[in-house]
Amino acid sequence: MLKRWRQRVTITDIVVWAIGLAIGIAVIYGTIVTWRRAEYTPQQWISLTISGLKLGGIYALIALGYTLVYGILRMINFAHSEVFMSGPFTAVFLAMYLDKIGFYNTYPLISLILVTLLSAAVSVTVALLLERIAYRRLRYAPRLVPLITAIGASFFLQYTFRGLYGNDPETYPTLDVLKGVWMLGPIPVPKTDLVVIVSAFIMMLILYLIVQKTKTGKAMRSVSEDKEAAALMGINVDRIIVFTFGMGGASAGVAGILYALVFSQVHYFMGFIPGLKAFTAAVLGGIGNVVGAWLGGTLLGLIESLGPNLFLSGLGIPAANQLKDGIAFTILVLILIFRPTGLLGERISKTKA
Amino acid sequence: MTKKLFVLMGLLVLAGLILAGCGAPKAECTDAIGCVEVKSGEPIHIAYAMVISGPDATLGTDSRNGAEIAMDEKGGKLLGHDIKFDGEDDQCSAEGGQAAGTKLAADPTIVAVIGTSCSSAVRVAMPLWSAAGFTVISASNTAPDLTLAGNENQHPGYLRTAHSDVVQGAAAARFAWEKLGVKKAATIHDGSIYADSLQQVFVDEFTKLGGTITAQESVSPDQTDMSGVLTSIAAGAPELIYHPIFIAAGTQLILQGRQTVGLENTYQMGADGMFSPDVMEGAGDAVEGVFVSSPDFTQFGPDYEAKFKPAYAAKFGSEPVSIFHAHAYDAFNMIYACVEKVAQGDKEGGDMLIGRQAMRDCMYGTKDFKGLTGNLTCTPTGDCADPKIAVYQYHVGEYPPEKIWP
Repeated sequence: MLKRWRQRVTITDIVVWAIGLAIGIAVIYGTIVTWRRAEYTPQQWISLTISGLKLGGIYALIALGYTLVYGILRMINFAHSEVFMSGPFTAVFLAMYLDKIGFYNTYPLISLILVTLLSAAVSVTVALLLERIAYRRLRYAPRLVPLITAIGASFFLQYTFRGLYGNDPETYPTLDVLKGVWMLGPIPVPKTDLVVIVSAFIMMLILYLIVQKTKTGKAMRSVSEDKEAAALMGINVDRIIVFTFGMGGASAGVAGILYALVFSQVHYFMGFIPGLKAFTAAVLGGIGNVVGAWLGGTLLGLIESLGPNLFLSGLGIPAANQLKDGIAFTILVLILIFRPTGLLGERISKTKA
Repeated sequence: MTKKLFVLMGLLVLAGLILAGCGAPKAECTDAIGCVEVKSGEPIHIAYAMVISGPDATLGTDSRNGAEIAMDEKGGKLLGHDIKFDGEDDQCSAEGGQAAGTKLAADPTIVAVIGTSCSSAVRVAMPLWSAAGFTVISASNTAPDLTLAGNENQHPGYLRTAHSDVVQGAAAARFAWEKLGVKKAATIHDGSIYADSLQQVFVDEFTKLGGTITAQESVSPDQTDMSGVLTSIAAGAPELIYHPIFIAAGTQLILQGRQTVGLENTYQMGADGMFSPDVMEGAGDAVEGVFVSSPDFTQFGPDYEAKFKPAYAAKFGSEPVSIFHAHAYDAFNMIYACVEKVAQGDKEGGDMLIGRQAMRDCMYGTKDFKGLTGNLTCTPTGDCADPKIAVYQYHVGEYPPEKIWP
């Protein structure tokens, strides 16, 4: 018994577990120290949580694009961050125009819907073009090939949009109705944050229902199970794949507008970091799993937002907030080491993997 | 027999080489670290390394514009040669500094470099340029250690017309203490040497005056979500947040600071890196009341309003878009004056030699140079500025911001 155990466990395993344990202890210790010091008021923790949920919602929507495509094609669409960028970076010009003619603040709801529709339309178009031009021919190529293509496509899109709209960041005009806070009981919640959290959740719900309850959704799930069998059952695989890319694009376009509501500025390179974070979220939740994308996004947003103040400052690290990206990517590495299938990861059978 | 032939051939070859060597007699380069040779009809090459893309691009393009105005005033000619003014993007980062530094250092025709825009970039590029024998003069590097003697970041050949942040940070602290009456302040930097040293000078001066520093935080330059750092700062309840960083992250701090519980009415103050119309555009209404320190334009020489600004408007179609255009203008003219002085050979457009060490010596020896930014005198470590710092305040829809101190 002991011998078998000794054969199975390698030195690498022990080192990896030791690192994991050390990080775990550091996190718990830091949290306890911060808790004891009571540096922040409960209200501040709540506002950090709200900001975490807001970020999480945006991450989740982007993560959905990674997850859906992975579920069906078993490839990581690294150009998805540019699908996310293309929408809001185009729609900003509509928003600026509407603001100039005074429409934006007079009819905020209609304006937002128009801007969101344009953003989603552009993102969908870019996603579909990507699929048609860059990926379709490579569907049966070795897995590394579409991955490298995706990275190339990502650069191509970034610099195309830079060429189209220029280097400089563009700014979304502020909506007067979204200024200030709403009081939820004693807790002040910035209006923008609440709008973002709620819209992200609704969007996720819609997409989830499409995947789970509609006929197309069912077809998507069967294509993801087995392409050949699905084709034999009379499912048009090409059309389902196009639909999947479209859905990912739409959610990225909406996420882009939510991002722009929060951070105002958009530029050609804006997709890079959120894209990486959303990829982390997708892996964290279990790539290929829609609920996992939501869970991973929300968790990542919360950890990023609470983490630096919760455990890093407790450990006595100066200027802890600079390390929030570090936290996100540490999580990615840890997940890949300890649970490569993610929190809700499906068990990938040999034929699918 | 063959042996003799070989010896003969060898001698002939040797003689040929010696004769070839004695060709046209040339001016000898006697300079300790070499010369730039400018032949008749060739241009004199002055390069720039400034940030000309990305969110901080106005900082660099504005300086480049300033230098171009100076060049236009001279008709684009120097000692009968055309001036070639081109360069690289320093991207306002160490990586950009490495790339631009390597590229320019490989070009032996360069006499002098105007740049970089950002201290982070020059820290990496300067060792390369110093070894290549260049004279480098920056219009906007403000990190103190670059001209601090006996410091690993101070290299021979480096000068600047911008003020050192020892002056700027201290002025900001005095403004907060004396004019605003603030007792508690917090600082945020972005990990760049510019911001880090500026906030440290501020902290030192502010505590010396009797104030309290509640937090010294940091963000990353491309960070967008500031809620964590702002909440952690709000815990100390400062009356002023000093964030001497750049436009991209600075704009987000202004925007989100106004929405953070406990910081709604806290003063916010930036430094010269945030003196730009992009801040106004990016921060929208939240920009109201934000302070920035910067060189005091009202104390610039009379030519600034009368000649420089009209020329700038005529050429680029706008008011200066950032703040170091005049410094770049002066830097260009200092180089111009020194090339005129140290060039040897035919000064009417013929073959010339420019000694690299002589060029440096001339620049360091600049005394009482009448520039736009004041009377410039260089120290032996290259601080040439005549610093006059003022504090400005942003108002929505008004650019440039209003000067309020001193």
